[in-house]
Amino acid sequence: MSTTEESRAAAERAVRDSYGRLIALLASGTRDLALAEDCLADALERALRTWPDAGVPENPEGWLLTVARNRLRDVLASAARRTNAPLDAAAAARHDGPDLAALAERGETIPDRRLELLFACAHPAIDPGIRTPLMLQAVLGFDAARVAAAFDVEPAAMAQRLVRAKRKIRDAGIPFVLPGRADMPARTSAVLEAIYGAYALDWLDRHDDARTSIADETRWLAVLTATLLGTDPEAWGLAALLTLAQSRAPARSGDPWPPLDEQDTALWDAELIAEGESLLRRAAALARPGAGRPLGRFQLEAAIQSVHCDRRRTGVLARDALLALSRGLVQVAPTRGAVEALAAVEARGGR
Amino acid sequence: MRYTLLLQYPEMTADDLGPEALAEGMRAFDEYAEAFDAAGVLHGAEVLHSSSATTTVRLRDGQLFVQDGPFADTREQLGGIFTVEVDDLDAAIDWAGKAPSVGWGAVEVRPVATRFADGAWSGTAPVR
Repeated sequence: MSTTEESRAAAERAVRDSYGRLIALLASGTRDLALAEDCLADALERALRTWPDAGVPENPEGWLLTVARNRLRDVLASAARRTNAPLDAAAAARHDGPDLAALAERGETIPDRRLELLFACAHPAIDPGIRTPLMLQAVLGFDAARVAAAFDVEPAAMAQRLVRAKRKIRDAGIPFVLPGRADMPARTSAVLEAIYGAYALDWLDRHDDARTSIADETRWLAVLTATLLGTDPEAWGLAALLTLAQSRAPARSGDPWPPLDEQDTALWDAELIAEGESLLRRAAALARPGAGRPLGRFQLEAAIQSVHCDRRRTGVLARDALLALSRGLVQVAPTRGAVEALAAVEARGGR
Repeated sequence: MRYTLLLQYPEMTADDLGPEALAEGMRAFDEYAEAFDAAGVLHGAEVLHSSSATTTVRLRDGQLFVQDGPFADTREQLGGIFTVEVDDLDAAIDWAGKAPSVGWGAVEVRPVATRFADGAWSGTAPVR
């Protein structure tokens, strides 16, 4: 691999691994996602120009953050000069914040504000239909075309809607903060839906190359969200669902993938299965079933995954349990996927 | 950030309301304004006359058209304007949610882009 290819690969790795983290830090002061994206793109371009000669820095993420923040300051300063409008004191203080770039240069952990970013995207003042696409782009770095394809919308129309939503966040002053305790439950479901959406898109892409897949990042976000929310059973259910699904990633190779119940279970990741089971137990302990409420959608989907994963231990697929859970899921969330899955289970001899 | 809270609600006359409801409404608005003031975030509070007192003016082809009635003849009308200076939309929404009329009307929370004060404009361009 040439030096140029190495530097390109390092830059791309840094961006892919930490896109949302960098955007969250760059946008939290100005609340301007589009500007943050421009500044990050600028830093990346500079990295690709200078790293071949200067070498890849020790901390590529910190380097990108420093360059992007300097660019952000320049843009804000020139905008202030152009409009001859002094930045108000509060806004100026927000732009500076803690010296994150210096932290990064010293190799210290860069704070993770992705959850705040998720909640800003899921704010009730944002049109519900654009929240998920917005999160997929801002937090996980999906481009507008990929989001558009997943949502079956024209790319230009999706790009336009994303631009409008970002302007709304900036102009309406939607804060990049965690909601208060009282608002937290009400604002959680859009965040969970978006994480689930990211997982589903990644699944459809069918990456053979684990490094280009965002399934791990999505799973991590789900676990983090569940941890921070603490007592939301659906958040733990989603974390369990993504963890159990990811445990079978090693068996998902070839084209097409082998069907779930024909996969070689020896290839499945036992550690992830154990972690998924423990996440699901946590959800179940919090859900307090029997109070007249049906189990949530994500917990049901995780339980279905758990039945599949249990074939690794028992050697047999528990088709009756699968059928009961699939029927429950169709009742709670009659999506096309759930209906098709139930039909498939019924066709394969469940009763 | 500065926000203007636009209080929209169905208009009622003093007769419609009756003396008790009228007094109760005035007391509620008084408490609302006092709370704003105590928090140090209020930059103006104006409750408007009913739209039966409003006049709408348009200039078309150099001719001024003056007409009785509001810009939009809807059931709910703009009834009051509160201008506040708070950190973000969440804080503005909190205040909007406490408006006495929020239970029977709606409060529109509109960010202020730019304003003319002390002989100069400040803020951000309204279109960007």
